[in-house]
Amino acid sequence: MKLSPDQTIFWSYGFFNINLTLVTTWGIMLLLVLTSAIITRKLKTDMHISRWQCILEMVVTGINSEIKGVGLDSPQLYIGFIGTMFLFIATANVLIVFPYYQAPTGSLSTTTALAISVFLAVPFFGIKQRGIGTYLKSYLQPTFIMLPFNLISELSRTLALAVRLFGNIMSGGMIVAILLSITPFIFPIVMQALGLLIGMVQAYIFSILATVYIAAAVQAPPKNSDKKDLVTKK
Amino acid sequence: MKIDWFTVIAQVLNFLILVGLLWRFLYKPILKAIDEREKKIVARLADAEAKKTEANKEQEEFKQKNEAFDKERKALLDKAVAESEDERKKLLEQARKDAASLTAKLDAASKEAQENLNHEIAQKTRQQVFAITRKALTDLASAGLEEQSANMFIGRLHGLKEEEKRQFVDAFKSNSNPILVRSAFDLPEKQQNEIKDAVNRILSAAPQFQFKTNPELISGIELSANGYKLAWSISEYLNSLEKSIPVMEKEISETLPPKK
Repeated sequence: MKLSPDQTIFWSYGFFNINLTLVTTWGIMLLLVLTSAIITRKLKTDMHISRWQCILEMVVTGINSEIKGVGLDSPQLYIGFIGTMFLFIATANVLIVFPYYQAPTGSLSTTTALAISVFLAVPFFGIKQRGIGTYLKSYLQPTFIMLPFNLISELSRTLALAVRLFGNIMSGGMIVAILLSITPFIFPIVMQALGLLIGMVQAYIFSILATVYIAAAVQAPPKNSDKKDLVTKK
Repeated sequence: MKIDWFTVIAQVLNFLILVGLLWRFLYKPILKAIDEREKKIVARLADAEAKKTEANKEQEEFKQKNEAFDKERKALLDKAVAESEDERKKLLEQARKDAASLTAKLDAASKEAQENLNHEIAQKTRQQVFAITRKALTDLASAGLEEQSANMFIGRLHGLKEEEKRQFVDAFKSNSNPILVRSAFDLPEKQQNEIKDAVNRILSAAPQFQFKTNPELISGIELSANGYKLAWSISEYLNSLEKSIPVMEKEISETLPPKK
Protein backbone atom coordinates (compact mmCIF):
# COMPACT_ATOMS: atom_id res chain seq x y z
CA MET A 1 0.00 0.00 0.00
CA LYS A 2 1.40 3.29 -1.05
CA LEU A 3 1.10 6.02 1.56
CA SER A 4 2.20 8.83 -0.72
CA PRO A 5 1.75 9.62 -4.41
CA ASP A 6 5.49 10.21 -4.41
CA GLN A 7 5.93 6.49 -4.52
CA THR A 8 4.24 6.20 -7.91
CA ILE A 9 7.13 7.08 -10.21
CA PHE A 10 6.60 7.40 -13.93
CA TRP A 11 10.09 8.37 -15.01
CA SER A 12 13.40 8.51 -13.15
CA TYR A 13 16.87 9.62 -14.00
CA GLY A 14 19.20 9.77 -11.02
CA PHE A 15 18.06 12.61 -8.77
CA PHE A 16 15.30 13.56 -11.19
CA ASN A 17 12.06 11.65 -11.19
CA ILE A 18 8.57 12.36 -12.39
CA ASN A 19 6.08 10.95 -9.89
CA LEU A 20 2.31 11.09 -9.48
CA THR A 21 2.55 14.11 -7.16
CA LEU A 22 4.16 16.25 -9.83
CA VAL A 23 1.83 15.03 -12.57
CA THR A 24 -1.25 15.70 -10.45
CA THR A 25 0.10 19.12 -9.48
CA TRP A 26 0.58 20.01 -13.12
CA GLY A 27 -2.92 18.83 -13.83
CA ILE A 28 -4.29 21.03 -11.04
CA MET A 29 -2.20 23.96 -12.23
CA LEU A 30 -3.48 23.49 -15.76
CA LEU A 31 -7.05 23.28 -14.51
CA LEU A 32 -6.77 26.43 -12.41
CA VAL A 33 -4.97 28.49 -15.02
CA LEU A 34 -7.17 27.37 -17.93
CA THR A 35 -10.35 27.96 -15.98
CA SER A 36 -9.18 31.40 -14.91
CA ALA A 37 -7.98 32.28 -18.40
CA ILE A 38 -11.23 31.16 -20.02
CA ILE A 39 -13.38 33.01 -17.55
CA THR A 40 -11.31 36.20 -17.39
CA ARG A 41 -10.98 36.35 -21.17
CA LYS A 42 -14.47 37.76 -21.39
CA LEU A 43 -14.61 39.89 -18.29
CA LYS A 44 -17.30 42.52 -18.19
CA THR A 45 -17.27 45.70 -16.20
CA ASP A 46 -21.00 46.30 -16.59
CA MET A 47 -23.63 45.80 -13.96
CA HIS A 48 -24.59 42.45 -15.48
CA ILE A 49 -21.81 39.87 -15.46
CA SER A 50 -21.63 36.16 -16.27
CA ARG A 51 -22.20 33.70 -13.43
CA TRP A 52 -18.65 32.34 -13.81
CA GLN A 53 -17.21 35.79 -13.45
CA CYS A 54 -19.44 36.30 -10.46
CA ILE A 55 -18.08 33.10 -8.84
CA LEU A 56 -14.48 34.14 -9.47
CA GLU A 57 -15.17 37.60 -8.11
CA MET A 58 -16.75 36.10 -5.03
CA VAL A 59 -13.68 33.89 -4.51
CA VAL A 60 -11.23 36.73 -5.00
CA THR A 61 -13.12 39.23 -2.87
CA GLY A 62 -13.63 36.52 -0.22
CA ILE A 63 -9.89 35.86 -0.04
CA ASN A 64 -9.26 39.61 -0.01
CA SER A 65 -11.59 40.16 2.92
CA GLU A 66 -10.05 37.24 4.83
CA ILE A 67 -6.57 38.70 4.38
CA LYS A 68 -7.87 42.07 5.48
CA GLY A 69 -9.56 40.43 8.45
CA VAL A 70 -6.25 39.06 9.66
CA GLY A 71 -4.85 42.56 9.69
CA LEU A 72 -3.10 43.19 6.41
CA ASP A 73 -4.27 46.53 5.09
CA SER A 74 -3.29 46.08 1.45
CA PRO A 75 -4.60 42.61 0.57
CA GLN A 76 -3.84 43.01 -3.15
CA LEU A 77 -0.10 42.71 -2.29
CA TYR A 78 -0.54 39.27 -0.70
CA ILE A 79 -3.47 37.79 -2.59
CA GLY A 80 -1.18 36.38 -5.26
CA PHE A 81 0.65 34.24 -2.74
CA ILE A 82 -2.01 33.51 -0.15
CA GLY A 83 -4.86 33.18 -2.63
CA THR A 84 -2.92 30.81 -4.84
CA MET A 85 -1.97 28.72 -1.82
CA PHE A 86 -5.59 28.44 -0.76
CA LEU A 87 -6.89 27.72 -4.26
CA PHE A 88 -4.21 25.11 -4.92
CA ILE A 89 -4.72 23.26 -1.64
CA ALA A 90 -8.50 23.51 -1.84
CA THR A 91 -8.61 22.26 -5.44
CA ALA A 92 -6.16 19.45 -4.67
CA ASN A 93 -8.27 18.37 -1.68
CA VAL A 94 -11.68 18.72 -3.35
CA LEU A 95 -10.66 16.58 -6.32
CA ILE A 96 -10.59 13.50 -4.05
CA VAL A 97 -14.22 12.98 -5.08
CA PHE A 98 -12.84 11.46 -8.27
CA PRO A 99 -11.90 7.81 -8.03
CA TYR A 100 -8.24 6.79 -8.26
CA TYR A 101 -7.28 10.39 -7.58
CA GLN A 102 -4.54 10.92 -5.06
CA ALA A 103 -4.21 14.42 -3.68
CA PRO A 104 -0.72 15.93 -4.05
CA THR A 105 -1.25 17.46 -0.62
CA GLY A 106 -1.17 13.91 0.72
CA SER A 107 2.53 13.91 -0.11
CA LEU A 108 4.88 15.21 2.55
CA SER A 109 7.09 16.58 -0.22
CA THR A 110 4.29 18.87 -1.47
CA THR A 111 3.32 20.08 1.99
CA THR A 112 6.97 20.64 2.80
CA ALA A 113 7.35 22.60 -0.39
CA LEU A 114 4.36 24.75 0.55
CA ALA A 115 5.63 25.21 4.08
CA ILE A 116 9.05 26.20 2.75
CA SER A 117 7.30 28.69 0.48
CA VAL A 118 5.65 30.24 3.53
CA PHE A 119 8.96 30.07 5.40
CA LEU A 120 10.56 32.05 2.58
CA ALA A 121 7.60 34.36 2.00
CA VAL A 122 7.57 35.60 5.61
CA PRO A 123 11.03 37.26 5.48
CA PHE A 124 10.41 38.30 1.85
CA PHE A 125 7.31 40.31 2.69
CA GLY A 126 8.75 41.45 6.01
CA ILE A 127 11.88 42.88 4.43
CA LYS A 128 9.89 44.31 1.54
CA GLN A 129 7.61 46.20 3.90
CA ARG A 130 9.90 47.15 6.77
CA GLY A 131 13.42 47.00 5.40
CA ILE A 132 15.99 44.34 6.17
CA GLY A 133 17.39 45.91 9.34
CA THR A 134 14.09 46.42 11.04
CA TYR A 135 12.99 42.95 10.01
CA LEU A 136 16.08 41.22 11.37
CA LYS A 137 15.89 43.24 14.58
CA SER A 138 12.45 41.81 15.18
CA TYR A 139 14.14 38.48 15.95
CA LEU A 140 15.86 40.18 18.90
CA GLN A 141 12.59 41.25 20.44
CA PRO A 142 11.84 41.64 23.28
CA THR A 143 15.53 40.88 24.11
CA PHE A 144 18.39 39.22 22.27
CA ILE A 145 17.97 36.18 24.52
CA MET A 146 14.79 35.49 22.60
CA LEU A 147 16.70 35.10 19.30
CA PRO A 148 17.12 31.29 19.43
CA PHE A 149 13.52 30.89 20.51
CA ASN A 150 12.36 33.08 17.70
CA LEU A 151 14.39 31.07 15.22
CA ILE A 152 13.10 27.77 16.62
CA SER A 153 9.60 29.16 16.43
CA GLU A 154 10.09 29.98 12.75
CA LEU A 155 11.32 26.52 11.93
CA SER A 156 8.88 24.63 14.10
CA ARG A 157 5.84 26.41 12.76
CA THR A 158 6.99 25.66 9.21
CA LEU A 159 7.37 22.01 10.14
CA ALA A 160 4.00 22.09 11.84
CA LEU A 161 2.41 23.56 8.72
CA ALA A 162 3.86 20.83 6.54
CA VAL A 163 3.04 17.94 8.82
CA ARG A 164 -0.47 19.19 9.70
CA LEU A 165 -1.62 19.35 6.12
CA PHE A 166 0.11 16.14 5.14
CA GLY A 167 -1.21 14.25 8.17
CA ASN A 168 -4.79 15.35 7.65
CA ILE A 169 -4.97 14.63 3.95
CA MET A 170 -2.93 11.45 4.06
CA SER A 171 -4.96 10.12 6.97
CA GLY A 172 -8.17 10.90 5.13
CA GLY A 173 -7.03 8.92 2.12
CA MET A 174 -5.76 6.13 4.38
CA ILE A 175 -9.04 5.91 6.27
CA VAL A 176 -11.03 5.61 3.07
CA ALA A 177 -8.61 2.97 1.75
CA ILE A 178 -8.76 0.93 4.96
CA LEU A 179 -12.54 1.22 5.24
CA LEU A 180 -12.94 0.11 1.65
CA SER A 181 -11.28 -3.16 2.58
CA ILE A 182 -13.41 -3.60 5.74
CA THR A 183 -16.85 -2.19 4.86
CA PRO A 184 -16.86 -1.52 1.15
CA PHE A 185 -20.42 -0.06 1.04
CA ILE A 186 -21.79 3.31 2.17
CA PHE A 187 -19.45 4.01 5.06
CA PRO A 188 -16.45 4.98 2.88
CA ILE A 189 -18.73 7.55 1.16
CA VAL A 190 -19.47 9.18 4.50
CA MET A 191 -15.76 9.24 5.29
CA GLN A 192 -15.05 10.65 1.86
CA ALA A 193 -17.56 13.45 2.49
CA LEU A 194 -15.85 14.07 5.79
CA GLY A 195 -12.55 14.07 3.88
CA LEU A 196 -13.90 16.85 1.63
CA LEU A 197 -14.77 18.93 4.65
CA ILE A 198 -11.38 18.27 6.23
CA GLY A 199 -9.69 19.19 2.95
CA MET A 200 -11.43 22.56 2.78
CA VAL A 201 -10.77 23.25 6.45
CA GLN A 202 -7.08 22.42 6.01
CA ALA A 203 -6.80 24.68 2.99
CA TYR A 204 -8.33 27.47 5.03
CA ILE A 205 -6.10 26.78 8.06
CA PHE A 206 -2.96 26.63 5.97
CA SER A 207 -3.73 29.89 4.19
CA ILE A 208 -4.83 31.71 7.33
CA LEU A 209 -1.72 30.60 9.24
CA ALA A 210 0.47 31.76 6.36
CA THR A 211 -1.36 35.10 6.40
CA VAL A 212 -0.93 35.42 10.16
CA TYR A 213 2.82 34.71 9.88
CA ILE A 214 3.21 37.23 7.09
CA ALA A 215 1.15 39.80 9.00
CA ALA A 216 3.31 39.29 12.08
CA ALA A 217 6.44 39.84 9.99
CA VAL A 218 5.06 42.86 8.15
CA GLN A 219 3.62 44.68 11.15
CA ALA A 220 5.95 45.47 14.04
CA PRO A 221 4.35 44.89 17.43
CA PRO A 222 3.75 48.43 18.72
CA LYS A 223 4.60 47.74 22.37
CA ASN A 224 8.03 46.37 21.60
CA SER A 225 9.00 49.21 19.31
CA ASP A 226 7.92 51.71 21.98
CA LYS A 227 10.15 49.98 24.49
CA LYS A 228 12.99 49.99 22.03
CA ASP A 229 12.61 53.74 21.48
CA LEU A 230 12.75 54.31 25.21
CA VAL A 231 15.89 52.20 25.50
CA THR A 232 17.71 54.08 22.76
CA LYS A 233 16.80 57.41 24.29
CA LYS A 234 18.32 56.36 27.60
CA MET B 1 6.75 9.15 4.88
CA LYS B 2 9.98 10.11 3.34
CA ILE B 3 10.58 13.45 1.76
CA ASP B 4 11.65 13.44 -1.85
CA TRP B 5 13.73 16.58 -2.09
CA PHE B 6 13.51 16.76 -5.88
CA THR B 7 9.75 16.76 -5.57
CA VAL B 8 9.98 19.42 -2.89
CA ILE B 9 12.07 21.68 -5.11
CA ALA B 10 9.83 20.95 -8.09
CA GLN B 11 6.72 21.69 -6.06
CA VAL B 12 8.16 24.99 -4.80
CA LEU B 13 8.87 25.95 -8.39
CA ASN B 14 5.44 24.70 -9.46
CA PHE B 15 3.86 26.75 -6.74
CA LEU B 16 5.77 29.89 -7.68
CA ILE B 17 4.84 29.40 -11.35
CA LEU B 18 1.21 28.89 -10.33
CA VAL B 19 1.36 32.11 -8.29
CA GLY B 20 2.62 33.96 -11.35
CA LEU B 21 0.09 32.40 -13.72
CA LEU B 22 -2.84 32.96 -11.43
CA TRP B 23 -1.77 36.54 -10.83
CA ARG B 24 -1.69 37.05 -14.59
CA PHE B 25 -4.90 35.18 -15.42
CA LEU B 26 -7.01 35.46 -12.31
CA TYR B 27 -6.30 38.09 -9.68
CA LYS B 28 -5.15 40.95 -11.86
CA PRO B 29 -8.05 40.90 -14.35
CA ILE B 30 -10.61 40.17 -11.66
CA LEU B 31 -9.39 42.91 -9.36
CA LYS B 32 -9.21 45.28 -12.28
CA ALA B 33 -12.75 44.40 -13.34
CA ILE B 34 -13.99 44.84 -9.79
CA ASP B 35 -12.27 48.20 -9.49
CA GLU B 36 -13.64 49.36 -12.80
CA ARG B 37 -17.10 48.22 -11.92
CA GLU B 38 -16.90 49.93 -8.57
CA LYS B 39 -15.77 53.10 -10.30
CA LYS B 40 -18.65 52.74 -12.72
CA ILE B 41 -21.07 52.19 -9.87
CA VAL B 42 -19.75 55.24 -8.07
CA ALA B 43 -20.01 57.23 -11.28
CA ARG B 44 -23.50 55.94 -11.87
CA LEU B 45 -24.53 56.75 -8.33
CA ALA B 46 -23.09 60.22 -8.70
CA ASP B 47 -24.83 60.54 -12.03
CA ALA B 48 -28.06 59.28 -10.55
CA GLU B 49 -27.70 61.74 -7.69
CA ALA B 50 -27.04 64.55 -10.13
CA LYS B 51 -29.97 63.48 -12.26
CA LYS B 52 -32.15 63.26 -9.19
CA THR B 53 -31.12 66.74 -8.16
CA GLU B 54 -31.74 67.93 -11.68
CA ALA B 55 -35.08 66.17 -11.78
CA ASN B 56 -36.05 67.67 -8.44
CA LYS B 57 -35.04 71.07 -9.68
CA GLU B 58 -36.98 70.60 -12.87
CA GLN B 59 -39.93 69.30 -10.96
CA GLU B 60 -39.82 72.33 -8.71
CA GLU B 61 -39.50 74.58 -11.71
CA PHE B 62 -42.35 72.83 -13.47
CA LYS B 63 -44.46 73.07 -10.36
CA GLN B 64 -43.79 76.78 -10.10
CA LYS B 65 -44.54 77.26 -13.75
CA ASN B 66 -47.73 75.30 -13.37
CA GLU B 67 -48.78 77.37 -10.40
CA ALA B 68 -47.98 80.56 -12.25
CA PHE B 69 -49.91 79.32 -15.25
CA ASP B 70 -52.87 78.40 -13.05
CA LYS B 71 -52.79 81.80 -11.42
CA GLU B 72 -52.58 83.55 -14.74
CA ARG B 73 -55.35 81.44 -16.18
CA LYS B 74 -57.53 82.12 -13.16
CA ALA B 75 -56.80 85.83 -13.39
CA LEU B 76 -57.63 85.85 -17.08
CA LEU B 77 -60.76 83.87 -16.49
CA ASP B 78 -61.84 86.17 -13.67
CA LYS B 79 -61.08 89.17 -15.82
CA ALA B 80 -63.06 87.70 -18.72
CA VAL B 81 -65.97 86.89 -16.43
CA ALA B 82 -65.90 90.38 -14.95
CA GLU B 83 -65.67 91.93 -18.38
CA SER B 84 -68.53 89.86 -19.70
CA GLU B 85 -70.54 90.77 -16.61
CA ASP B 86 -69.79 94.44 -17.19
CA GLU B 87 -70.66 94.08 -20.84
CA ARG B 88 -73.87 92.31 -19.93
CA LYS B 89 -74.77 95.04 -17.47
CA LYS B 90 -73.88 97.69 -20.01
CA LEU B 91 -75.96 96.00 -22.71
CA LEU B 92 -78.84 95.55 -20.31
CA GLU B 93 -78.57 99.17 -19.26
CA GLN B 94 -78.43 100.22 -22.89
CA ALA B 95 -81.42 98.04 -23.72
CA ARG B 96 -83.30 99.44 -20.76
CA LYS B 97 -82.45 102.96 -21.80
CA ASP B 98 -83.43 102.24 -25.39
CA ALA B 99 -86.67 100.70 -24.22
CA ALA B 100 -87.31 103.67 -21.96
CA SER B 101 -86.53 106.15 -24.68
CA LEU B 102 -88.68 104.24 -27.15
CA THR B 103 -91.49 104.12 -24.62
CA ALA B 104 -91.04 107.84 -23.96
CA LYS B 105 -91.06 108.54 -27.69
CA LEU B 106 -94.10 106.36 -28.11
CA ASP B 107 -95.81 108.12 -25.22
CA ALA B 108 -94.84 111.49 -26.61
CA ALA B 109 -95.99 110.51 -30.06
CA SER B 110 -99.28 109.19 -28.80
CA LYS B 111 -99.69 112.21 -26.56
CA GLU B 112 -98.90 114.48 -29.44
CA ALA B 113 -101.32 112.61 -31.66
CA GLN B 114 -103.91 112.88 -28.95
CA GLU B 115 -103.23 116.54 -28.48
CA ASN B 116 -103.31 117.13 -32.21
CA LEU B 117 -106.56 115.32 -32.39
CA ASN B 118 -107.92 117.23 -29.44
CA HIS B 119 -106.67 120.45 -30.90
CA GLU B 120 -108.14 119.67 -34.25
CA ILE B 121 -111.41 118.67 -32.71
CA ALA B 122 -111.42 121.85 -30.62
CA GLN B 123 -110.55 123.96 -33.62
CA LYS B 124 -113.19 122.32 -35.75
CA THR B 125 -115.71 122.65 -32.97
CA ARG B 126 -114.75 126.27 -32.46
CA GLN B 127 -114.99 127.00 -36.15
CA GLN B 128 -118.34 125.27 -36.28
CA VAL B 129 -119.55 127.15 -33.22
CA PHE B 130 -118.41 130.46 -34.68
CA ALA B 131 -119.81 129.63 -38.07
CA ILE B 132 -123.14 128.67 -36.52
CA THR B 133 -123.09 131.81 -34.37
CA ARG B 134 -122.13 133.96 -37.32
CA LYS B 135 -124.86 132.39 -39.40
CA ALA B 136 -127.46 132.73 -36.69
CA LEU B 137 -126.56 136.35 -35.94
CA THR B 138 -126.33 137.19 -39.66
CA ASP B 139 -129.78 135.71 -40.10
CA LEU B 140 -131.04 137.66 -37.13
CA ALA B 141 -129.41 140.92 -38.28
CA SER B 142 -131.85 143.54 -39.48
CA ALA B 143 -132.22 147.36 -39.81
CA GLY B 144 -133.62 147.49 -36.32
CA LEU B 145 -130.73 145.63 -34.94
CA GLU B 146 -128.47 147.88 -37.04
CA GLU B 147 -129.95 150.86 -35.50
CA GLN B 148 -129.44 149.44 -32.08
CA SER B 149 -125.83 148.68 -33.05
CA ALA B 150 -125.28 152.24 -34.21
CA ASN B 151 -126.72 153.50 -30.93
CA MET B 152 -124.34 151.22 -29.03
CA PHE B 153 -121.43 152.55 -31.12
CA ILE B 154 -122.45 156.16 -30.49
CA GLY B 155 -122.82 155.38 -26.79
CA ARG B 156 -119.37 153.90 -26.85
CA LEU B 157 -117.94 156.95 -28.55
CA HIS B 158 -119.41 159.09 -25.84
CA GLY B 159 -118.18 156.81 -23.10
CA LEU B 160 -114.54 156.73 -24.28
CA LYS B 161 -112.03 157.06 -21.49
CA GLU B 162 -109.63 159.97 -21.45
CA GLU B 163 -106.72 157.83 -22.49
CA GLU B 164 -108.61 156.38 -25.41
CA LYS B 165 -109.90 159.74 -26.38
CA ARG B 166 -106.36 161.09 -26.50
CA GLN B 167 -105.21 158.26 -28.72
CA PHE B 168 -108.21 158.79 -30.97
CA VAL B 169 -107.54 162.51 -31.22
CA ASP B 170 -103.84 161.92 -31.99
CA ALA B 171 -104.74 159.47 -34.74
CA PHE B 172 -107.26 161.81 -36.40
CA LYS B 173 -105.31 164.99 -36.05
CA SER B 174 -102.41 163.76 -38.12
CA ASN B 175 -104.69 162.46 -40.80
CA SER B 176 -105.93 164.36 -43.81
CA ASN B 177 -107.80 161.39 -45.26
CA PRO B 178 -111.49 161.10 -44.52
CA ILE B 179 -112.50 158.91 -41.57
CA LEU B 180 -113.82 155.57 -42.80
CA VAL B 181 -116.99 154.26 -41.18
CA ARG B 182 -117.93 150.73 -42.18
CA SER B 183 -121.20 149.01 -41.28
CA ALA B 184 -123.04 145.86 -42.19
CA PHE B 185 -126.02 147.81 -43.55
CA ASP B 186 -126.42 151.32 -44.92
CA LEU B 187 -126.71 153.63 -41.96
CA PRO B 188 -129.72 156.02 -42.00
CA GLU B 189 -129.02 159.75 -42.31
CA LYS B 190 -129.95 160.36 -38.69
CA GLN B 191 -127.47 157.91 -37.32
CA GLN B 192 -124.75 159.07 -39.72
CA ASN B 193 -125.25 162.59 -38.36
CA GLU B 194 -125.22 161.37 -34.78
CA ILE B 195 -121.89 159.60 -35.39
CA LYS B 196 -120.51 162.69 -37.08
CA ASP B 197 -121.64 164.85 -34.11
CA ALA B 198 -120.09 162.55 -31.59
CA VAL B 199 -116.79 162.41 -33.46
CA ASN B 200 -116.82 166.17 -34.04
CA ARG B 201 -117.37 166.69 -30.37
CA ILE B 202 -114.45 164.47 -29.38
CA LEU B 203 -112.12 165.90 -32.00
CA SER B 204 -113.47 169.44 -31.76
CA ALA B 205 -113.24 169.56 -35.58
CA ALA B 206 -115.28 168.58 -38.66
CA PRO B 207 -113.39 166.00 -40.63
CA GLN B 208 -114.55 164.31 -43.86
CA PHE B 209 -116.51 161.06 -43.42
CA GLN B 210 -116.85 158.16 -45.76
CA PHE B 211 -119.54 155.56 -45.10
CA LYS B 212 -119.22 151.96 -46.49
CA THR B 213 -121.18 148.77 -46.04
CA ASN B 214 -119.58 145.46 -45.19
CA PRO B 215 -121.88 142.51 -44.31
CA GLU B 216 -119.06 140.55 -42.64
CA LEU B 217 -119.22 142.92 -39.68
CA ILE B 218 -122.47 141.29 -38.59
CA SER B 219 -124.56 144.15 -37.29
CA GLY B 220 -121.74 146.36 -36.20
CA ILE B 221 -119.95 149.61 -36.99
CA GLU B 222 -116.25 150.17 -37.44
CA LEU B 223 -114.47 153.50 -37.48
CA SER B 224 -110.92 153.59 -38.68
CA ALA B 225 -108.26 156.14 -39.58
CA ASN B 226 -104.46 155.84 -39.74
CA GLY B 227 -104.43 152.35 -38.20
CA TYR B 228 -106.50 153.38 -35.21
CA LYS B 229 -109.69 151.47 -35.16
CA LEU B 230 -112.76 151.90 -33.02
CA ALA B 231 -115.45 149.30 -33.52
CA TRP B 232 -118.44 147.73 -32.04
CA SER B 233 -119.73 144.59 -33.75
CA ILE B 234 -120.71 141.05 -32.89
CA SER B 235 -117.97 139.94 -35.27
CA GLU B 236 -115.50 141.90 -33.15
CA TYR B 237 -116.62 140.05 -30.05
CA LEU B 238 -116.42 136.74 -31.82
CA ASN B 239 -112.93 137.56 -33.11
CA SER B 240 -111.74 138.57 -29.70
CA LEU B 241 -113.26 135.38 -28.20
CA GLU B 242 -111.62 133.32 -30.95
CA LYS B 243 -108.27 134.95 -30.18
CA SER B 244 -108.58 134.38 -26.48
CA ILE B 245 -109.35 130.63 -26.75
CA PRO B 246 -105.82 129.43 -27.65
CA VAL B 247 -104.43 131.58 -24.82
CA MET B 248 -106.86 129.95 -22.43
CA GLU B 249 -105.95 126.49 -23.69
CA LYS B 250 -102.30 127.19 -23.13
CA GLU B 251 -102.93 128.44 -19.61
CA ILE B 252 -104.97 125.32 -18.80
CA SER B 253 -102.37 122.94 -20.17
CA GLU B 254 -99.69 124.68 -18.11
CA THR B 255 -101.61 124.47 -14.87
CA LEU B 256 -102.48 120.77 -15.39
CA PRO B 257 -99.89 118.16 -14.34
CA PRO B 258 -98.13 116.49 -17.30
CA LYS B 259 -99.47 113.16 -18.48
CA LYS B 260 -97.40 110.08 -17.85
